[in-house]
Amino acid sequence: MKAIKLDLDNYRKLLKEYLLTKDERALYQAEQFSKLSVQHNISPEEIIHVHIEALKELYPELPREINDSLNFLLEAMISYGLALQENHFLREKQLALESEIAVAANMQKTLLSTVKPCIKGLDIGAISVPANQMNGDYYHFVTDKDDTLGIALADVIGKGIPAALAMSMIKYSMDSFPENQREPSVILESLNRVVERNVDPSMFITMFYGLYNPEHETFSYASAGHEPGFYYHAAKGTFEEIKAKGLVLGATEHANYQQFVSHIRTGDCIILLTDGVTECRLGDRFVERDEFLQVIKDYIHLPAQDAVEGVYKYFERLQDFHLRDDFTLIIIRKEV
Amino acid sequence: MDFKPCVNINKELDIVGARQLGRTRAKELGFGTVDQARIATAISELARNIYLYAGKGKVCFEVIDQLDKQGLKVVASDEGPGIRDISQVMQDGYSTSGGLGAGLPGVKRLMDHFEIHSEWGKGTEIQAIKWVR
Repeated sequence: MKAIKLDLDNYRKLLKEYLLTKDERALYQAEQFSKLSVQHNISPEEIIHVHIEALKELYPELPREINDSLNFLLEAMISYGLALQENHFLREKQLALESEIAVAANMQKTLLSTVKPCIKGLDIGAISVPANQMNGDYYHFVTDKDDTLGIALADVIGKGIPAALAMSMIKYSMDSFPENQREPSVILESLNRVVERNVDPSMFITMFYGLYNPEHETFSYASAGHEPGFYYHAAKGTFEEIKAKGLVLGATEHANYQQFVSHIRTGDCIILLTDGVTECRLGDRFVERDEFLQVIKDYIHLPAQDAVEGVYKYFERLQDFHLRDDFTLIIIRKEV
Repeated sequence: MDFKPCVNINKELDIVGARQLGRTRAKELGFGTVDQARIATAISELARNIYLYAGKGKVCFEVIDQLDKQGLKVVASDEGPGIRDISQVMQDGYSTSGGLGAGLPGVKRLMDHFEIHSEWGKGTEIQAIKWVR
């Protein structure tokens, strides 16, 4: 079939063909004509005009009422034509905005990038996926010469661009802390001051900071209102909530965070997460805690990175590939 | 050409009067049916803004003769509250999202030339020209 041309001659030809034959082929071509018109931003009133002109040429004796009624239709279509143009314009604007956000998201990725460290005796898996383009969750690994491993995990309540901007601030504050400042409670207390001074009171940031010491086989941690993680007892196959109390960052000027210490046994896992994981939604209900832990259990025998990815893919599918909140999950297994 | 230049806008029916006069002028100048409809819609929009936001004002018509072209100029003016943020009302999606119609960006699209002057507390004047094709 020939390519449809966007002109009066062609329209007249199609119209005539249809009037004579009532052929579906002509209607199909009219459909093509219609699509082409939208592509070329041709408004409906112009098509009606073409129709009137074509009709008059085919039927010079066109009754006045028919002619007038078509003019009436033309008049009635003007606003649709304007809406089409506006739509066109807004669409272009949206595309421009989207690409701007994509650039920003990319920049954020670079700014907040962290290297998953290779530490003897530890198997580490981490995944963080934003619900929209920009991530309001943040995790960061800090390694030191003595092989200790610091793990920071934060979540801005809310998502999108404001959350992402706040996260960059956390990252840079942490970078500016002196290297010997490694105690989880001290780090959270310092960050609390930064957030309290710089962030709008309506914005809350929760955070967990943990420090693994391979020599003592201990995990020290403190939490600023963060979603509790879990300790997995490999021998028993059970989970224990990692309990830690503390105010969210920025709520008061001086906050104190209690620090806890756990002994880590070989084969056991530390599971850290943000509420985007535990608050996965199934239709209009949240996934129950036991259901969630069962999913973790189904994957925990895998290498840590495969496990976090497996869990993510499971919940992604469960939610029809549409995350409602940023999703971050970290699994650390002590291997020897 | 005998030319009654203006229509006063005081009530909704005056919008129809302004359309009618504008269409007559457009026909006389030789505008085609599509452009006539566009001009009438633009006039509607301008007159309606006067009626809704200023209460009263007027819509005037002028024929513009230039060496190479002829056009119809529509001038809508009022002494209403004026527009505080012109950029905002000229933005696509601003008035249409509220269901108020094509809005000023629509008028700008329907016509070939568009100019707006408005002062907060003093009033608004909008000039729009369509050239005969």
